[in-house]
Amino acid sequence: MILGKVIGTVWATRKDENLTGMKFLIVRHVDLDYRLKDQYVVAVDSVGAGVGEVVLVASGSSARQTDVTKNKPVDAVIMAIVDKLDLSD
Amino acid sequence: MFFGRVIGTIWATRKNPALENLKLQIVQPIDSGRSPAGAPIIAVDTIGAGSGETICYITAREATIPLPDRFAPVDAAIVAIVDRIDPEVIETK
Repeated sequence: MILGKVIGTVWATRKDENLTGMKFLIVRHVDLDYRLKDQYVVAVDSVGAGVGEVVLVASGSSARQTDVTKNKPVDAVIMAIVDKLDLSD
Repeated sequence: MFFGRVIGTIWATRKNPALENLKLQIVQPIDSGRSPAGAPIIAVDTIGAGSGETICYITAREATIPLPDRFAPVDAAIVAIVDRIDPEVIETK
């Protein structure tokens, strides 16, 4: 999974009908000091993440392994909201 | 399958239920010469790797196979703790 920060929301009325009812959040990758990196991904929210929260995103077909995204055309899902990072080195 | 080094741990209470009681480790990908190779990722650890240990991890949906509940949004999992990397393997011609 990758670490990212939710920086916004995407609204799309005309879309694949399988995607109705889903929340699309814009997640910017962050480094281990939570500094924003260049990459971003639009991920479907499955845990109630809000803007500004640091989250984990699973990608690829693993992203379809939630009740929200099962059998849906989704390749990135927010599946955890990070409380704390413990760095050892 | 890739090499990595465990450099920390993630704590997350609000998460997908299939991840309950699973350790989420921060892994720095490394090459076979053990130097960093790419951005850190987060991998589920069912093996019990300690911080600083060199490990092997797998990605994509296969990463859910080691999990107690395979219906889980997981795309990286630690599958081995490395004892030794045979030196001849490193100097590929």
